[in-house]
Amino acid sequence: MRVLRCADSGVLVEVADLDEALALQAALVEDPPRGVTDIVPAARTVLLRMHPDGGDADAVAEAVGRLRPRRGERARAGELEVPVQYDGEDLADIAALTGLSERDVVAVHTGAEWTVAFCGFAPGFGYLVCDDTRLHVPRRGEARARVPPGAVALAGEFTGIYPRASPGGWRLLGRTDVVTWDLERDPPALLRPGVRVRFTEEPPPARRRGAGSAAAPCRTAAQNGEQGAQQVNGRRSGRSEGGGRADAGS
Amino acid sequence: MPAVEVVRTGALSTVQDSGRRGHAALGVGGSGAADRTSYALANRLLANPEGAAALEATMGGLVLRARGAVTAAVTGAPCPVEVDGRGAAADTVLHLPDGAELHLGAPPSGLRSYVAVRGGFDVAPVLGSRSTDTLAGLGPPPPQEGTVLPVGPPPRDLPAVDWVPARPFPERELSLRVVPGPRDDWFDDGALGVLLSSAYEVTSRSDRVGARLSGPALSRRGGGELPSEGMVPGSLQVPPEGRPVLFLADHPVTGGYPVIAVVVAADVSRAAQARPGTALRFHR
Repeated sequence: MRVLRCADSGVLVEVADLDEALALQAALVEDPPRGVTDIVPAARTVLLRMHPDGGDADAVAEAVGRLRPRRGERARAGELEVPVQYDGEDLADIAALTGLSERDVVAVHTGAEWTVAFCGFAPGFGYLVCDDTRLHVPRRGEARARVPPGAVALAGEFTGIYPRASPGGWRLLGRTDVVTWDLERDPPALLRPGVRVRFTEEPPPARRRGAGSAAAPCRTAAQNGEQGAQQVNGRRSGRSEGGGRADAGS
Repeated sequence: MPAVEVVRTGALSTVQDSGRRGHAALGVGGSGAADRTSYALANRLLANPEGAAALEATMGGLVLRARGAVTAAVTGAPCPVEVDGRGAAADTVLHLPDGAELHLGAPPSGLRSYVAVRGGFDVAPVLGSRSTDTLAGLGPPPPQEGTVLPVGPPPRDLPAVDWVPARPFPERELSLRVVPGPRDDWFDDGALGVLLSSAYEVTSRSDRVGARLSGPALSRRGGGELPSEGMVPGSLQVPPEGRPVLFLADHPVTGGYPVIAVVVAADVSRAAQARPGTALRFHR
């Protein structure tokens, strides 16, 4: 673990791999250092951002040094089921690249428990990982000018859902009606770091009953607050200082 | 409730406050006033609570009309100020009667001016902030001609001063303090020395996301790609061609190019006032 400074605005912690980044993020959400406003996990790093008027990077770095992240630990921020129609334009390519049949690609994608590792690219775009490595595929050589909202895609070790129409270079596996980013909702993002996701296969629209119900039939423990984000937020017992706004991903 | 009508917007005017915090993990940036110092000064002049929303005008040109009596202050880039055609002073408390027009001319130096009103602009907050994030397209849409911005209820405190000394604005050169890293080890041995000994000019391809600089290229030590990582305001991010971009309020939450050094928080506001053509010098 390497602790790097971003002047008096942040502390960037570099780790060996995504697993370690997730473990560190989990430890930080549990015990956010004082003066940190945002925790930004990424593939090999976790950035702790301080107030834009500047903060005490030394104190934050010291607090990070005292953390003892447990490898394998991942922040839990709720569970989500995402029904997908697996009819993406790149499904055949993904099968060819992985050496699996198209049906097996779907089986692996629906069989794995995915975790949102971090967000980026656009508000509400989550990078999801799982322990199964069979679906690792490179990005497309050329990005598409427009990927439709709800597209479920693969790239590298990640799967993701495009929150809105945008250019994109990931390989399209299918699509979902689940709206992953909605400002009318609190929190607006369904895919927050630590949220566990199970993809389920949904038949093509022609065979669906009541296909008009665009209100996505997703069961979200995270939203109901049964055990999800609420639990992460509600877990801080008797600790009030510094952590108020650092509940990354909630 | 009083309100303010936008008569002319100038090049770009947006509503800004102290920014959006706590949502970076969802890919939502900090945004907020690019020059936090001038923005805070405007609110302080009016005894507004910290974080009251103001207008940020780029290169002046903003014309506002009071609907009802409005108390206002103009800070930041020192643009000529007129109320109903008469000269008025920046960095003071201005009393605008109903129907009065506040006119901001083009500032001779600096880039961004702030118009605060007593009570703040009461537009709907998005994710806890009234700031417009121009990169993510989040927050209140930039006002157009005819947009009416409601003014919030006046704060309990009364303005304590009616004038503050303005800070000097850079003309041609600006010196900014940096701390090397976090990725200075991704660059050639001499790169940091080049950064600290050369003048970098702010180009016209600059906006609220960042100031794109021209000057000697900073070359990288080897190949390899940096996995995207979190960024802070003030970061000097260096794309492959070697000319740094100085990240400002609407910078992306994560970036895939290495950051050679970061401008200290107190100097980022000054950097946000550097108009194209200004030479930046970086020192430790």
